[in-house]
Amino acid sequence: MTNDSTLATELKRDLISLFRQNNGILETGSGRILNLYREQAFHDFDRLGIPSTKNEAYRYTPLEKYFQGNYDVELNANPFKYDIESIFKCDVPDLDTHVVLVLNGFYYNGNPAGTLPDGVAVCSLKEASLRFPDVFHKHYSHYADTSTDGLVALNTLFAQDGVFVYIPRDTVMEKPLQVINLSHSLKNLRITRRNLIVAEQNSSASIVVCDHTLCNKSYLTNSLTEVFIGENAGIAFDRLQNENSKSTQINNLFVHQLQSSRFNGNSISLHGGLIRNNFYIRQNGPDCDSNLNGLFLCDDSQHVANFVLVDHASPRGTSNQLFKGILDNDATGAFNGKILVRKDAQKIQAYQKNNNLLLSSAARMNTKPHLEIYADDVKCSHGATVGQLNTEAMFYLRSRGIGEKEARHLLMYAFANEIVSRISIPILKERIIELVEKRLRGELSLCNDCNIHCG
Amino acid sequence: MEEKHDHILKEVTGSEYKYGFFSDIDTETIPKGLSEDVVRLISAKKNEPDFMLEFRLKAYRHWLTMKMPQWAHLTIPEINYQDIIFYAAPKQQASLSSLDEVDPELLRTFNKLGIPLEEQKLLTGVAVDAVMDSISVKTTFRESLAELGIVFCSMSDAIREYPELVKKYIGTVVPYTDNYFASLNSAVFSDGSFCYIPRGVRCPMELSTYFRINAANSGQFERTLLVADDDSYVSYLEGCTAPMRDENQLHAAVVEIIALENAEVKYSTVQNWYPGDKNGKGGIFNFVTKRGICKGDNSKISWTQVETGSAITWKYPSCILRGENTTGEFYSVAVTNNYQQADTGTKMIHIGKNSHSTIISKGISAGHGQNSFRSLVKVVKNADKVRNFTQCDSMLMGDKCGAHTFPYIEVENESAVIEHEATTSRIGEDQIFYCNQRGIDTESAVGLIINGYAREVLNKLPMEFAVEAQKLLAISLEGSVG
Amino acid sequence: MLQIKDLHVSINGKEILKGIDLEVKAGEVHAIMGPNGSGKSTLAAALAGREMFEVNSGKVTYRGENLLELSPEDRARKGLFLGFQYPVEIPGVSIVNFMKTAINEQRKFKGLEPISASDFLRLMREKKELVGLTTSLTNRSVNEGFSGGEKKKNEIFQMAMLEPALAILDETDSGLDIDALKTVAHGVNQLRRKDNATVIITHYQRLLEYIIPDYVHVLYKGRIVKSSGKELALELEAKGYDWIKGEE
Ligand SMILES: Nc1ncnc2c1ncn2[C@@H]1O[C@H](COP(=O)(O)OP(=O)(O)OP(=O)(O)O)[C@@H](O)[C@H]1O
Ligand SMILES: [Mg+2]
Repeated sequence: MTNDSTLATELKRDLISLFRQNNGILETGSGRILNLYREQAFHDFDRLGIPSTKNEAYRYTPLEKYFQGNYDVELNANPFKYDIESIFKCDVPDLDTHVVLVLNGFYYNGNPAGTLPDGVAVCSLKEASLRFPDVFHKHYSHYADTSTDGLVALNTLFAQDGVFVYIPRDTVMEKPLQVINLSHSLKNLRITRRNLIVAEQNSSASIVVCDHTLCNKSYLTNSLTEVFIGENAGIAFDRLQNENSKSTQINNLFVHQLQSSRFNGNSISLHGGLIRNNFYIRQNGPDCDSNLNGLFLCDDSQHVANFVLVDHASPRGTSNQLFKGILDNDATGAFNGKILVRKDAQKIQAYQKNNNLLLSSAARMNTKPHLEIYADDVKCSHGATVGQLNTEAMFYLRSRGIGEKEARHLLMYAFANEIVSRISIPILKERIIELVEKRLRGELSLCNDCNIHCG
Repeated sequence: MEEKHDHILKEVTGSEYKYGFFSDIDTETIPKGLSEDVVRLISAKKNEPDFMLEFRLKAYRHWLTMKMPQWAHLTIPEINYQDIIFYAAPKQQASLSSLDEVDPELLRTFNKLGIPLEEQKLLTGVAVDAVMDSISVKTTFRESLAELGIVFCSMSDAIREYPELVKKYIGTVVPYTDNYFASLNSAVFSDGSFCYIPRGVRCPMELSTYFRINAANSGQFERTLLVADDDSYVSYLEGCTAPMRDENQLHAAVVEIIALENAEVKYSTVQNWYPGDKNGKGGIFNFVTKRGICKGDNSKISWTQVETGSAITWKYPSCILRGENTTGEFYSVAVTNNYQQADTGTKMIHIGKNSHSTIISKGISAGHGQNSFRSLVKVVKNADKVRNFTQCDSMLMGDKCGAHTFPYIEVENESAVIEHEATTSRIGEDQIFYCNQRGIDTESAVGLIINGYAREVLNKLPMEFAVEAQKLLAISLEGSVG
Repeated sequence: MLQIKDLHVSINGKEILKGIDLEVKAGEVHAIMGPNGSGKSTLAAALAGREMFEVNSGKVTYRGENLLELSPEDRARKGLFLGFQYPVEIPGVSIVNFMKTAINEQRKFKGLEPISASDFLRLMREKKELVGLTTSLTNRSVNEGFSGGEKKKNEIFQMAMLEPALAILDETDSGLDIDALKTVAHGVNQLRRKDNATVIITHYQRLLEYIIPDYVHVLYKGRIVKSSGKELALELEAKGYDWIKGEE
């Protein structure tokens, strides 16, 4: 135990001194607001540090050891030039999207997003912090609370760049925006990524985020996205995480919804070393609708943890969460979901489900679906299961002549498909279905996506 | 049971906490406060063998190093342990040979509570150990049970008369280091019941302990130990009440159950400690550690609880399913009304292969009540073919109360099948209206609906208790609607 | 027995009933028909005192008393019975228990002693036979897992048990097979006396073949647009509601 806390203190000390040494570089070129929040974040991080498993929210995710590795930090964008096109091409050929690339946490200017609807801005967060001070003033760091989670504080402390998206009122973005986050370097890297998405009143957009590692180095990514959805606006948010086994990815998503707005999120964790996803959805106005689905597939010694808080702070909201996991080999998974219905948030309907399949004797799953309810006129439920493939269904398939192995695939696939089928962009859905299938058959090699073939 | 229903409902209207009276009984108390000397004094008062004093002292020293747990969803005021009387005993001879020696006021008290201590008046088939404040005042049917080899007596008597048995089992399920309140209890426990069912014996009657706090400023720290040897069976009941007082009183009990091969233990509680008044003043702090171990193969432990009392309840009757093919069950109804708080639930620790567990919890919150269900279902690595089913429902009445669900599921074995379901909703307005339309007023309708809602759990109680529990449910929700 | 004068009822601020006039005398059977959404159930629920339905204006006199001032349970205790179109399920509450409570509440209201166990059982047996409800059904929780028809039979069974002065049956015939329909009609007819009355809400003539109404009313868009003898039901069956709509 003493070891633990010395480790935590060391980690904290290292990160703080890293910040002190580089504060100047971090602040250069960043807008005032970006720098303004560093101070609070500093105090918060100094107090909180990297969350240990004694922290209830991180009980099942031993993060500290993942922070121990030897990582470099890039404090300037693209210290060496890539022709990104030559190393990466999205392999969903017909996916008609506005594509932007982010390399090691820095917005890559080489690929403009294409012609966007009037008033829509998609650009580097750093640049935007200078160009759109009003928007930053109103939204930046308003939803991500640095005071309770050291990782949020850490992200805010080191935040420099990422993607900024602004959709003005009454604007509908027909074509989805695709954000491709790439990690590529000669050394192990610690990456900080910060995104801000602002969808004003009556607007709507669909955003696809893909995370890839392009080489076999270790990455420790701390990514944070704030999403503001104005009155009667709608955001669809599909995310595909596909990184190498040495990567550690911490993802914080803060969604802030105003009256009658809609949020549809799908999070597919296909591959990664450690993936920790935190979702915070706050319904801050009445009649909101939020849907969040997650699928995670893990094997070897991977760890995938999803943490969800749906905060019903206003009446008549609806929310649905469905998270499914398949765990093989020594993989460990965790789900920690909470529905909070605040006092006076009446007529809420909130549902949450977590189903898990364990495929091997060493795989482990911890699940903690929580309800915290302070209003009475509500309908809330949650359910969680941990188990195996249905033996009756297995038998039925086999009695129709399907081999055991194939039957297993069919059923696993059916299990996963309940989530994948919810992805709103058809071509993307097909591609992900394919990836999931390959993944379940153990055929998915990461190098498929990479043109470097580093081996 | 149906017959009694409307009778119950009628009785319910207009009644309050019925057991709030105080009996003027000559009581011996020690000075307030806690220290190593107090621990020694308690042990000395009870003429305990050395091993017991050692146990207490180790526990006390350990307790000093501990902090009050903060994780529960409860707001607990600071407890001043120097302001509590740790030993209060109705004056009487150490060991009673006949009922004539019992203080008549004491008998009257228990009569008033509906627990006559005269064997001929007792409900047939129920043996009672009556505990007031720190000591057991009378254990009925001791002799007839002894003929079967069953030991049923107060913990104090057991420590003196069966030191080997006590020494072998005490602290094996709830070690003195277990948690803050269990450590405290291990240091200062005063009395409680002890029960040993020998190999192959089915206990022919319900065994029961009735706990009563009477003295002011005192805490009650009872300790119950129940050992069911191979192939035995026992059903055990526990009831409790306390006078109405403005101050909070602490009740920190420990119950340990050991079920050996093929043994079955059914443990039922109707907890009706004084809950405090409408404004949340007074009431018992009920901080209890109850745990059973299914040690032998094919053994079974079943907990049933109806929790309507106490200002604050902190209680998780649990099962360690160590043997193969063992079964653990937990059925609970918990009501919080006015300013009551409850954080209650269970742990099912699956260690043995093919062990099964069932958890059914029905929470009801009204007034400003806060009701939390907390559970842990854990399946360790080598526990193959484990099954668990958990159903946890919460009902809300009024917009100032809260209902919370905190289940933890930890699975390390791929052959486990774990299912958890939970719902939260308010009492059906359409259901109340349907009853109204048939001429049933709202208060009775609520009683009816709540009893229906809790039926699955109430059905698990022995008959006499079930009726009592139904009444209690309706009473404790009085004034919560309309 | 029942006089409704210019009754206006709204739900969530939306006016559904726009001035209903109706008089039901002891010994009579009235049928109310009308297209979906015309307000039939609203009328029934407002009479039974469902709070969701707001009475904006109008007067309802029931056996000389202002009905609208009474609580739902007092209306019931005074003999008003509503057979629900959609009876709610009450898990865990057995029908036996439920009925016993209801009967004793009514008896208490009338200043009578609670019914004895043997009388109650006899009554149960008698009424179960009357509506053809099986014991296995009455041992279950109220309406829980009942089929549509079983729920309706259960409503009539309860009516038989409670012996109301005024029964309002909201589409008690829907979901019933022909035999069940006959049993239900038989039950209603058996209970028909000089001093009680029945209001039947239905879409079909077929029930009215078995329970002959004295009057038939057509409710349309919150108003009674036509009232006549039993032949009106036949006319409606033949011509549909368009005919009424056309006349408007
Ligand atoms: N709870 C409610 N909230 C909002 N509108 C309602 C509600 N209940 C009924 N209404 C509306 O009131 C109108 C009358 O409904 P009602 O149920 O009285 O019709 P009905 O004549 O019984 O129809 P049916 O023949 O289908 O049973 C309809 O437009 C209905 O949608
Ligand atoms: Mg209707």
